[in-house]
Order: sequence, then structure tokens, then C-alpha cells
Amino acid sequence: MSSWTNNPILTIEHLTMRFGGLVAIGDLSFNVGRGDITALIGPNGAGKTTVFNCVTGFYKPTEGRIVMHRANKEEYLLERMPDFKISAKAKVARTFQNIRLFGGMTLLENLMVAQHNPLMVASGFTIGGVLGLSSFHKAEKEAVDRARFWLDRIGLLERADAPAADLPYGDQRRLEIARAMCSGPELLCLDEPAAGLNPKESSELNALLQYIRAEQGTSILLIEHDMSVVMEISDHVVVLDYGEKISDGTPDEVKNDPKVIAAYLGVPDEEVDQVEQEVGL
Amino acid sequence: MLRFKEPFERRSKGGWPVISGTEKFSHNLPQEKILVFIRGSSKRELSQKRGLATTFFNVQKCTLTTKRWLEPSGGLNNDMEYFLQQLINGVTLGSIYGLIAIGYTMVYGIIGMINFAHGDIFMVGAFISLILIVALGVTASMPLALLILALIAILIVSMALTSVWGWTVERIAYRPLRGSFRLAPLITAIGASIVLQNFVQISQGARNKPLQPLIPGGFTLSDGSGDSGFVVQLSYSQILIIVVTTVLMIGFTTLINKTSLGRAQRSCEQDRKMASLLGINVDRTISLTFVMGASLASVAGLMFLIYYGVIDFYIGFLAGVKAFTAAVLGGIGSLPGAMLGGLLIGLIETFWSGYFSVEYKDVAAFSILAIVLIFMPEGLLGKPEVEKV
Repeated sequence: MSSWTNNPILTIEHLTMRFGGLVAIGDLSFNVGRGDITALIGPNGAGKTTVFNCVTGFYKPTEGRIVMHRANKEEYLLERMPDFKISAKAKVARTFQNIRLFGGMTLLENLMVAQHNPLMVASGFTIGGVLGLSSFHKAEKEAVDRARFWLDRIGLLERADAPAADLPYGDQRRLEIARAMCSGPELLCLDEPAAGLNPKESSELNALLQYIRAEQGTSILLIEHDMSVVMEISDHVVVLDYGEKISDGTPDEVKNDPKVIAAYLGVPDEEVDQVEQEVGL
Repeated sequence: MLRFKEPFERRSKGGWPVISGTEKFSHNLPQEKILVFIRGSSKRELSQKRGLATTFFNVQKCTLTTKRWLEPSGGLNNDMEYFLQQLINGVTLGSIYGLIAIGYTMVYGIIGMINFAHGDIFMVGAFISLILIVALGVTASMPLALLILALIAILIVSMALTSVWGWTVERIAYRPLRGSFRLAPLITAIGASIVLQNFVQISQGARNKPLQPLIPGGFTLSDGSGDSGFVVQLSYSQILIIVVTTVLMIGFTTLINKTSLGRAQRSCEQDRKMASLLGINVDRTISLTFVMGASLASVAGLMFLIYYGVIDFYIGFLAGVKAFTAAVLGGIGSLPGAMLGGLLIGLIETFWSGYFSVEYKDVAAFSILAIVLIFMPEGLLGKPEVEKV
């Protein structure tokens, strides 16, 4: 039995998202295994990012249920939660296809913003922070240490006080992942983390993701077009096409699934002729 | 109608007649008398008669002509003492504008909206302070320690109560329209401003509300023994205003730059959606921004009340427009910019009325705004929008 049926961290059940008459996702169900790297793949326009948007509260799904099973046995129905609580309570973090760092803030501040909630509590909702209570200083120091740890991890420690917008593209991508990790997630959703990266950066990214999974115990759900990344690091692949699941399994299973090949490469002309004859065209 | 009961005396200056004795001043005085009052007064007397003597008030209520104003003095007044006095007055006025401007700039920074009701929140703050002062029976005759304690208490209570007003306005007039088209909250802001003005007008009456000077006296920097014979006075209330403003500015800058709440606010400024995905409660952060702006406006309200000694339901409009100008001048969205803009507007206004004409001081302030915006659209300290492609 696979980990995603035994011990899922996220279950998506009968998820449907309609925009007016357009069905972006139709009756989609799949699980994300705890401790797995799960890849969500599919041709452009298959509805992958829409799934992410539903999971992280950007969209409210038209139908369906998204359940987050946290390690402490708490369960959250993500489709009912306001977006800020999905990060704060359900511990789901995400990154975007187009980078959304806080460009005017420094690298360190970007990572500190992600730790806002524990700091807010520690600072007595700012009043203690303004008065300079020691508990706040302690929490602030811990937050800085954590931020420095991640900066060190992604190799950007010496640029901690530079504005995030000044970083080159590949560094911004890694910083975004570090920021998501600073919010202490149990599930990390990455939307095309390897997009626009050169082969070297791409392999660094693989190493980082495997580190996150192995050392931090964070499960990862990622959308990716780069098949070398998908096949190399993921444990579980879900393939979407036109908003529906066409394949679900280990990378090897998915790779050899004729439906997947058809979705990506199309089908041979003879087959099309055959089908047309069958339906009487 | 405003009356001053204390006896006063005035030297003749620049060929204007002397008025002395107990006279009742009111708005319907002959124009010449008001002119005499302003022109002939020494600065010490001016600060004692805050209510009328302020340029702010006079332009709103009296009509003066430039010609009459300039003629008797025979040109510009260019002695050092006069300059120094104008500088002190300008910095004081600028501090008040700056405190209000911070509210505009913070709200604009975080939700990109001009909160037109902010000037009226300032007015509400001034009224709350006045009510508290009267209710507690605070007067200048109290022992100094008690007076200071009472003022601090009033400041805190007034900040808290005004914050509630600011929060309520945001909750009722702006939050339901978040995500609506950009002009919608602007229109409700104007609505909220009218509601606040009319509410205060009806509940408190339309008349001017005078207050006896709470903190009389001050330091005399020049006793008039110089060539010009001009008395330079730095009143205690001016010192109070400048000190309180500086302390609050430092406090708020620290809050924005160093605390987690400040970071959350800055992140909401840049990308609200992303901030909420990182677990920041954006609605609460925006509410807190309004609360912070309103509490600073209430401080400005109390300072205004102490300095000028007279308020009415309409003060929020002009002060609000000036503070908005200050925020734009300094670069809207920038906290130090708001303070700098406030100081500049205060100085421009004071110097213009001191050296040229009281009537055209608003024209001067707004013309400078127009010129700055033409040549530096992002304001003095604003960040230019650079789009990366």
C-alpha cells in the first residue's frame, strides 16, 4: 500500500471549480502522502494552479472538500478557512509561479514576516514589543536565528540585509521557498519552483527540496513542467488534463501510462481515424 | 463669536494705532481693528491671545487685504528676531500637520486609498480632548505636576477613544468595499467625513469652542532689546508640541521598522495576498493601521487645542487638506516623508504669512505642492516606481 492512501496529509475529495460556464477542475480527488514529494503535472491549462489556489484559500471551490491532516491529529477543512488561517493554523505554505517576494524589504525581513504570528503573540500584540519586554526579545532572537539558518541553507546569508528585489532570479526562487519554510509549514506547495532555472540551479533546488522533506519532515506538493525534476525527486505523481485526473501513481507507473502519453504527445493519426469511424464521422 | 476678556495693551508699531484696555474682540469687528490686532501685537501677546492671533484661524474667519497689510510696515520685515519667531511658529504648526499626515500616508501605503475622513478624525480627537479637559476641570491654575499628569491621562484616553472612531470608520465605510473598484472607498471616505462633521456639529453645536490657555508662559529668547525691538518667544506649549511630536515620530518609526506588526504592515503594503498566505491577518493589520493613524491624529487634535485654544467642527477640513498636501509633498507612503512634508508646509505657511500676506498662505502652500508634483511626482522622499521587465 502506498503512503498516500495509508497516511495522507492532504485529501482532496470531489473538488470542482467552475468560473461561470468554464469548468477549471471537475470532480478531482487525490491524496498527498505524509512525508512524500508529490508532483502535480499536466499540460498547460490543465488546472494545476487552480488546485493550488483552492488548497491555499485563493479561490473558494464550487464543490468538494479539502482536508488537511496535521501531525498533531488536528484536521482542517481548508475550503472553509480564510486564507491567512490556512497558513497560521493548518500549516500549509505556498510559493507562486511568478515570484511574489516583498521586494522593498530585506531578505531577513522577508523571512521574519513569515514568522509574524508567533512573534505577535510573544510581543503581547506589539505592546510588549514597544516596551521592550525580554520575552519579545527572546522570541525575536529565535526568529532571527531561524531566518539566518534558512538564509545560510540557501546560501544567501551574506546578502541578508539587501532588498529582496535586488537578487537574481534563481536566488529569489530559493528565497521564496525559504520564506515559506519560515512559516513552519507541514505541507509546502510549490508552483513551478524550477521554472526559469538553469541546470545547475535546478539540481540545487532538487537537493533543497530533498533536504526539506528529509530533515524538516515537511511534505511537499509541487507543480512542475520539468520532467527531469519530477521523475528524479517525486514519490507520487498526479496527472491532470482538462481539470480531470488522468493518472495517479509512482513516477514509473505514470511514465508508462498511455493516457499520460496521449495527453502530452497526442495520439497517432490512425487512432483518431479509428475513433472517428466508430462514432460515425 | 469669540471673546477675549483679559485686559491687554499694545505698543504702536509701524504707524498703526495703539489699542489698550479691555476690549471685546469678535468676528464682526471692523476690519481695521482686526488688522491692528494682528499687526500691532508683539509675539508675546500673540501667543497669549492664541485664539485669534493665529494665522490659521484668522484667514478662515476674517478678510484682510494684502495692501493694507503691507503698506504700514514699509516692506518686508527682515530682522533676525522676526525670522526666528517665524521659524518657531512654523515648526510648531508643521509638527501638527506632520502628525496628521502620518495617518494619511500610512493608510495610503497599506491600501492605496486616501482616507478623506482622517482630517475629521483629527477634529473628533480635538473635541474628545476638549470634553475631557472640561470634564476633569483641568486649568492652568492646577499644580504643575497634577496638570502634567492630567494632560498625559487625557492624551491616552483621547488616543484610545479616537482610535475607536478610526476603527469604526474603517469597519463600516472601507472594509465592506475592499476589493471593489478603487473609487468606491474614496467616495465613502468623503461620506464618512461629512457624517463626522455633521455629527459633531449637531451634538456639540456649530459655535467655536474656546479653551483658556492651559500652558501659559514660555521662554523669552529675545526680550526686544535688539535693533528691531522684536520679542521672540518660545512658549511652553510650543515646546510641548515639538517634544511630543518628536517622541511619537521616533516611537512610530521604531514600531514600523523593528516590530513584527510593522513588518506585517510593510508586507501588506507590498503584497496583501502574499502576506495573508504567510499567515498575516490582513484585515486586522489594516484596522490597526487606521487605529494608529487615528491615535496620532488625536494627539494632533489635543496639541491643536492647546496651541490655538479654539476649535470648531470644521477644523478637520483645512487641517486635513494641509496634512494630505504634506503627505503628498513628502512622498505619500513614506513615514519620514510625511513628517518632512508637514514641517515644510508649516514653515512655508508661516513664513509666507510672516513676510508676504496672510491671505495667500494657502495659495503658497498649495502652489509649492503643485510645483513639486510637476517636477517630482513621487514627492520628496517617495520611492519612484521602477518596473522591472
